[in-house]
Amino acid sequence: MTEVTLSNVVKKYGKHQAVHGIDLGIHDGEFVVLVGPSGCGKSTTLRMIAGLEDISGGEIAIGGRVVNDLPPRERNISMVFQNYALYPHMTVRENLGFSLKIAKRPEDEIAKSVTEAAGILGLDELMERKPAELSGGQRQRVAMGRAIVRHPDVFLFDEPLSNLDAKLRTQMRVEIKKLHQKVGNTIIYVTHDQVEAMTLADRIVLMRDGHIVQVGTPLELFNTPVDTFVATFIGSPPMNLVDGEVSGGTLWLQGGIELPVPSSARSLVRNGQKVRFGFRADNLMPVGHSVEEEGEIAELDLTVTLTEPLGTETLLFAELGGLEVQAKMFNPRPVAPGEAMKFRLMLDKTHIFDAASAKAIRG
Amino acid sequence: MDRNLAHRNRRRALKTAHFIGLFLVMSIICIPGLWIVLNSFRPTVEIMAKPPVWTPSFTLDHYRAMFGGAGEGGVPVFSYFRNSLIVSVVSTLIAILIGMSGGYAFARYRFKGKSGYFVGLMLFRAVPGVALSLPLFIVFARVGIIDTHFGLILAYVAMNVPFTIWLTDGFFRQIPKELHEAAEIDGCTRWQAFWKVEFPVARSGVASAAIFAFLTSWNEFALASQLTRSVGSKTMPVGLLDFTAEFTINWGGMCALAVLMIVPALVLTFIVQKHLIAGLTFGGVKG
Repeated sequence: MTEVTLSNVVKKYGKHQAVHGIDLGIHDGEFVVLVGPSGCGKSTTLRMIAGLEDISGGEIAIGGRVVNDLPPRERNISMVFQNYALYPHMTVRENLGFSLKIAKRPEDEIAKSVTEAAGILGLDELMERKPAELSGGQRQRVAMGRAIVRHPDVFLFDEPLSNLDAKLRTQMRVEIKKLHQKVGNTIIYVTHDQVEAMTLADRIVLMRDGHIVQVGTPLELFNTPVDTFVATFIGSPPMNLVDGEVSGGTLWLQGGIELPVPSSARSLVRNGQKVRFGFRADNLMPVGHSVEEEGEIAELDLTVTLTEPLGTETLLFAELGGLEVQAKMFNPRPVAPGEAMKFRLMLDKTHIFDAASAKAIRG
Repeated sequence: MDRNLAHRNRRRALKTAHFIGLFLVMSIICIPGLWIVLNSFRPTVEIMAKPPVWTPSFTLDHYRAMFGGAGEGGVPVFSYFRNSLIVSVVSTLIAILIGMSGGYAFARYRFKGKSGYFVGLMLFRAVPGVALSLPLFIVFARVGIIDTHFGLILAYVAMNVPFTIWLTDGFFRQIPKELHEAAEIDGCTRWQAFWKVEFPVARSGVASAAIFAFLTSWNEFALASQLTRSVGSKTMPVGLLDFTAEFTINWGGMCALAVLMIVPALVLTFIVQKHLIAGLTFGGVKG
């Protein structure tokens, strides 16, 4: 059983505080992704779990054992680094077997474990090569192999895919997910890429400025963001946000656009409350090119300023009250910039945030 | 077609000019060395001949005289060679050990006044060794380590350490810190991570620092000429002076001893050279 528990964990560098007392419980076998913009403290948190950074306050426990003062080698973890950190003077075989050799395991056991790991990751052909003779994707696989050879309690990944090109990144993402399904260990994975977070995670931990903003499954974060930061960080394209004010049952958006307050929020907003109105591109569609859905629908006349055809859909940039918002057109037809179109907005899929606190207003 | 030809001609001309330039520069560097080697095999009459004799004859007289006279009032070549070897090897070993620890500390750890120390070390390099010879002489004489191997080794270690620190610092800096972190996660202690991972990777840097330190000590003259005086401690560069008498200079003998000095340095450089180049091919980490 290898839960990882962080209680009130703090990291300070001199006067600067990088991590502000975070609490997090990670279950056995769970794939947790720490995500956030650079400088949010996610890598620092991971490095504290690994034992590469001292903990300034709080407690970290792995498998029920407090590890605050244990060096990395006694935590039974493995880590895959952004730059792979393969030992350049060793062959792939030696790289894979290094940890077992340090642990003074018998030769035949080392050979067996190394062969097994190489088999899982398809490295058999490369065993006698040095890291310098490998491609980026192969190095990445060796780094993962080195991590699984020693059967650790927890895998830590620190932005492992950011040095790969886009195509390889997608491919390796799939391999990492398969690896997790195969070995089933607890994985803590750090990335700044929300797509990676969405696709890989059982649970996402979204961080900002050393605080945890929201923890939840990818769909929870996508569908019920707690504030405007989560709303714009998760999902691609980011959620459209328009300033507005509530007046009776009406929402006055900037530029004088009038919308009914979605029924779910009607009892939660005050008269005269300043809000930010959020909706995703997927829920603003030109009439005749939408996914037909029942529900509350408002119609808007908008002028298209730019189009990005993506194949099955086209991303439309349209002007709304002096602001550029994004919409999605399914079954696309060519659209010329400047064309006025009628759009359907799925009101029951929209979000209302308080303008002052940026927090979601939700029942 | 014409333009192609003109272009090719220009490139050929440039290449020729390049070679001539290189040849001139290399001549300036190599001819004195060649002169020494050739003269060590020529009779004294021929060395001094005016106009010069262009077709050299070959003799081993100078070597015979040098080695033959070693025990009988001639130049004690073997003692000088032994002194040089002891002083250079020991001072290099110590300088490398200190330099490696220092360089590693500068590259990996943060501590108070770090840049200050570093600048201080570099400033120390800027002081010419000769300027220190008189104070060193006085201090060494008082302490009683003048004219000993120990004294000279001490002086050379002090001279070489700033340089070895500077060089190994640069090499350790090139090694990403993730390497030792990965090693620590793989089960190493900090010390094992250094010996099993970082040191082998930085081996080329350490080797080049070592060879520079060795050559500095091996060839050093100014300090050694002040701090040594007897056969028991004089090094070869100082020993060369034995060939100058009041009115004559034994050019042939001097050249022979110089060749004896060059050979070990040359051999060592060739041995280490492989490391110098091979170790520079990094690749475990994508930067």
